[in-house]
Amino acid sequence: MAAERGTAAEALVGQVVLPGDLLLLPAHYDEDAEGERLRLSAGAAPQGRLLCGPGLRRSGAGLLVTKCGLLRHRPAGGGAYWVDSQQKRYVPVKGDHVIGIVTVKAGDVFRLDVGGSEPASLSYLAFEGATKRNRPNVQVGDLIYGQFVVANKDMEPEMVCIDSSGKSSGMGIIGQDGFLFKVSLGLIRKLLAPKCEIIQELSQLYPFELVLGMNGRIWVKAKTVQQTLIIVNILEACEYMTAEQRKQALAKLSGN
Amino acid sequence: FMQRGLDSQTKKQLEEEEKKIISEEHWYLDVPDLKEKESCIIEERSFLRCEDLVYGRMSFKGFNPEIEKLMIQMNSKCKEEKIEEDDKMEADVSDEEMARRYETLVGTIGKKFLRKRDQRVLKDDDEDEDEEVEEGNSNTRPSKRAKKMFLKPQD
Repeated sequence: MAAERGTAAEALVGQVVLPGDLLLLPAHYDEDAEGERLRLSAGAAPQGRLLCGPGLRRSGAGLLVTKCGLLRHRPAGGGAYWVDSQQKRYVPVKGDHVIGIVTVKAGDVFRLDVGGSEPASLSYLAFEGATKRNRPNVQVGDLIYGQFVVANKDMEPEMVCIDSSGKSSGMGIIGQDGFLFKVSLGLIRKLLAPKCEIIQELSQLYPFELVLGMNGRIWVKAKTVQQTLIIVNILEACEYMTAEQRKQALAKLSGN
Repeated sequence: FMQRGLDSQTKKQLEEEEKKIISEEHWYLDVPDLKEKESCIIEERSFLRCEDLVYGRMSFKGFNPEIEKLMIQMNSKCKEEKIEEDDKMEADVSDEEMARRYETLVGTIGKKFLRKRDQRVLKDDDEDEDEEVEEGNSNTRPSKRAKKMFLKPQD
């Protein structure tokens, strides 16, 4: 097997990379160049460590691509490289906020379906203000917004609805009514980007409430059923619409 | 002589021999120590740490006021690092005046916690500094001193 010669990581930022590509990093990340780390290189040496994000793996002198997609780079905070890929199936990752559906209530633990390979477990004490006497009122079929505390390939994922300081900060049972639907993971990340145009345009239409889970699930609630369905349709369709088409659609709606 | 217990020297020798045997049996790597490579790359599987994503719960046009409050709170946490304004509020009292006030304040409050004897001493000192009539002081002092010492009962 001929070893592929890698290309410099910086050259490929913003371009499509395929699994098996080797990305070479600048010399100051080389593990063997210990003495040379201190020398002043031509470019500014970023402080701290390089973050090797999803879709990339560390391999010897560089990074190996494991997913196809666009290579992204963030120079701040020590630098980070990751692959912006598209998929529909969610793999639980620690720290992600997701929407789960309660399927089983087994004693002290709820089992939630999060769209992964296994149901996640959620203890009844993992809610704000929950004690052994004061149990949260969770029924089978309820929607819960929580974050993963344990999520690796060897263990069953575990979720909690409080953050590290013990406050719920928006997590917990999602209220009554509303509509839950599924989209691809790439769209969720687009919608969660700061200053997302889609969300800004939608927010001009009607008052509504939105919960986005990183597992591809979106929950929408508006005042009437019709408004809710309109928002659902727009969100589902905007993945494949260009900006102009979207603006036309919204203009039609706000004209109505 | 000394047949029951072994001689201390022979004991030591025996111990050393035992240790030798045991340490030779221990396995050890004949390989030079690998230098611990400090890796500069951290692997991360979460998008949250790479990209700057906002909080997932949102509400618009006042549909759910609690969530709107939360949105502001959460999104301002992310932006705290960017805000570099000074948080100094304009002071009503200037720093110099504060220092002056504090000087006297510490003294007055400190007096409160002195024990009675120390308080008297302080009073004397204060009175010394003030230009009061010294005779009055000298009259009172011996009587105070007399009180402090033990008076022998006169037969």
